Amino acid sequence: MTLEIIGISVLWLFLFLYVIVASIDFGAGFFNAYSAFTDKQHILTGIIQRYLSPVWEVTNVFFVFFFVGIIGFFPQTAFYYGTTLLVPASIALILLAIRGSYYAFATYGAKINHRGYIYMYGLSGLLLPASLSPVLAMSEGGFIKMDGGEPYLDYWALFTSPLMWSIVVLSIAAVLYISAVFLTWYANKAGDAKATELMRKYALIWAAPAIITATGIIFELRNHTPEHFERIMDIWWVFGISFLLFVGTVYLIWKKRNYGLAFILLVGQFFTAFFAYGASHYPYLLYPYLTIYDSFTNESMAIALIIAFIAGLGLLLPSLYLLFRLFLFDKDYVKGKSDYHA
Amino acid sequence: MGFEDTALLSRILTLMTLSFHILYATIGVGVPLMILIAQWVGIKKNDDHYILLARRWARGFVITVAVGVVTGTAIGLQLSLLWPNFMQLAGNVIALPLFMEVFAFFFEAIFLGIYLYTWDRFEDQRKHLLLLIPVALGAATSSVFITIVNAFMNAPQGFDILNGELVNVSPLLAMFSPAVPTKVAHVMATAFMTSAFVLASIAALRIVQGSKHVYHKKALLLTMKLGLVFSIATALIGDFSGKYLAEYQPEKLAAAEWHFETEGEAELILFGVLDGEEPKYAIKIPYALSILAHGVPGAEVTGLNEFPEDERPPLWIHYLFDLMVTIGMWLAFFSFVYVIGAWRKWPIIQKKWFRWLTVASGPLALIAIEAGWWFTEVGRQPWILRGYMKTSEAATTSGQVDLMIILFAGLYFILGVGTIVVLTRMYKRNPVEKELAQREKTAKGGGTE
Repeated sequence: MTLEIIGISVLWLFLFLYVIVASIDFGAGFFNAYSAFTDKQHILTGIIQRYLSPVWEVTNVFFVFFFVGIIGFFPQTAFYYGTTLLVPASIALILLAIRGSYYAFATYGAKINHRGYIYMYGLSGLLLPASLSPVLAMSEGGFIKMDGGEPYLDYWALFTSPLMWSIVVLSIAAVLYISAVFLTWYANKAGDAKATELMRKYALIWAAPAIITATGIIFELRNHTPEHFERIMDIWWVFGISFLLFVGTVYLIWKKRNYGLAFILLVGQFFTAFFAYGASHYPYLLYPYLTIYDSFTNESMAIALIIAFIAGLGLLLPSLYLLFRLFLFDKDYVKGKSDYHA
Repeated sequence: MGFEDTALLSRILTLMTLSFHILYATIGVGVPLMILIAQWVGIKKNDDHYILLARRWARGFVITVAVGVVTGTAIGLQLSLLWPNFMQLAGNVIALPLFMEVFAFFFEAIFLGIYLYTWDRFEDQRKHLLLLIPVALGAATSSVFITIVNAFMNAPQGFDILNGELVNVSPLLAMFSPAVPTKVAHVMATAFMTSAFVLASIAALRIVQGSKHVYHKKALLLTMKLGLVFSIATALIGDFSGKYLAEYQPEKLAAAEWHFETEGEAELILFGVLDGEEPKYAIKIPYALSILAHGVPGAEVTGLNEFPEDERPPLWIHYLFDLMVTIGMWLAFFSFVYVIGAWRKWPIIQKKWFRWLTVASGPLALIAIEAGWWFTEVGRQPWILRGYMKTSEAATTSGQVDLMIILFAGLYFILGVGTIVVLTRMYKRNPVEKELAQREKTAKGGGTE
């Protein structure tokens, strides 16, 4: 295994973790806003405050980890993506700010629960995946072009691309699906039958759009980036496993059985698909300009980063375990029997 | 849009983000230590007031941390969005501390979540206090790592450039540049100092507003003592920073001091205006610049004229430097008077005008933080990486920076106003007197006075 592969695997893993934890966070905010809109607010608000408020900062760090890490391992990405992502990334930052400030101002702070704020918070959960996911489309090539040695983003090509829009739809559907499956489990653990039933319904509703768009994207790649499509076909069976896991999750949710296992299968489904997608994208970070090899940092930096990563992980894993034990696996806390907020 | 323009616009946006973020970051680094000390004093003295003090500070602290997280994410990304050429180079050489900073912050965020949501979950207060140590540690180390990156920009090392190619990169050498000791110490000490004064301001404000409760007096004395300790530390470190600058960035010191000709027995110039190369209406302290730079009154201090004109920092940083130093000195003196006054029971510290001066100390400290960062950043110009890359070469070529400036200006405005509104509302709705009364009602003996 080369240093380049280790580097990209670490980053891809953290991006995957971010996709899962952020989807839970984004989707929950949207469901909360939607129930406020239909006057069922109290069903979800408690759950959201008990689970999301303590962990949202941790969620955010996964994102920071990814973009700091990619500059560290692949500094040339700064040149291509830094220049072209100014607008979409700035919009994502503003949306993240709306979410962060909602937690700060509305849940810990003076409890400002103005409806407008709840809607903004909910909407940001849908707009964020929509503003971040086009990067995946951009990496397929054809949208970032060169002008006199400087990269620029061809907005017209991007906004008229069916590939880009499919990825956006997939990201939104996936966010809602992941979040709904997780919250079904969490609400069930909390012994909240009403919320469980509501979230179960949402999970079933969003399962179909998620899988349909995901499949659609693979076929759109056939025209857009044939090279990538061929590599996907080489490892089609991994996508097959992913699909079976999807079927498993939906079956369990449908049968109202073992929501915990359903969520684990869902993580497995996204893990296999995400890594199969990543592997088939290899070695390109940006078609056709940038591969993980020509953009890689020097060897001494790579080794230093990997050592720092292992040391950091040694610190992080026990801490994360403690966090989850207290807020995710502690029955009294989950059920809301105890509230020890400062 | 021209090349020069995007560099200027990128500077404006970076300046905006950093100026806003640094307020929250400073509080984020300093306040955990203050909470830790208050809670520890409370356990030690078995005084519920200090424990409640820690708890109430923690409640406000979360809000500033949340905004700090948001703005910190913004600056983290903006570095790559606005300065892609710089980050491409920096990524190769100084990525290690940036990467480690994320871990330190990760650690802090996890334990902060745990600490906040576990008040009274443990029988033993000391166990809860233990959870705060990783928060304070994580906050402090993440500021150390970020300051290391900034130090590298001022005194880059750990690499060579051969025919335009980066060679011989040593990540550890790059991390431990000569600017690190003084910069890191200065950032840490001033964060603690500023946080102490900000908290002192709040206590003083409540007293001025007429609250007679001993809780506020305890809070004020504790924070003023801490403010005194850390402002003395800051002054000592400031002296070392002067010596660092004289050795490694003489142009920054010379521009800050309007020192044009290399000469010995140099005087320190405070404020004034510049007429050509002649400072007017300034306070001049003989030998002081030589002492600041080298520790000896006769020592020769490099003048600005030794540097080509296009490599000199702008001369107005003089005022930033003076503002920072003056406020620092004032706060050290003022907290000294207060602590002695409290000890010797001087009536002066009970006077209303004196209380108002106390209220001013927090905002003054924050102004000094801004002045200090503006000084060090503008004082490095025209370089982004001193001696290697100019700021104008590092900027993005994207044409939409101006639009982003408007967008982020709006965001920071809303976040700033939101912070103030939420914090005041939170404490007004639940004043300490009310909370103390409730706690005494629920406490079943022991633990409270």
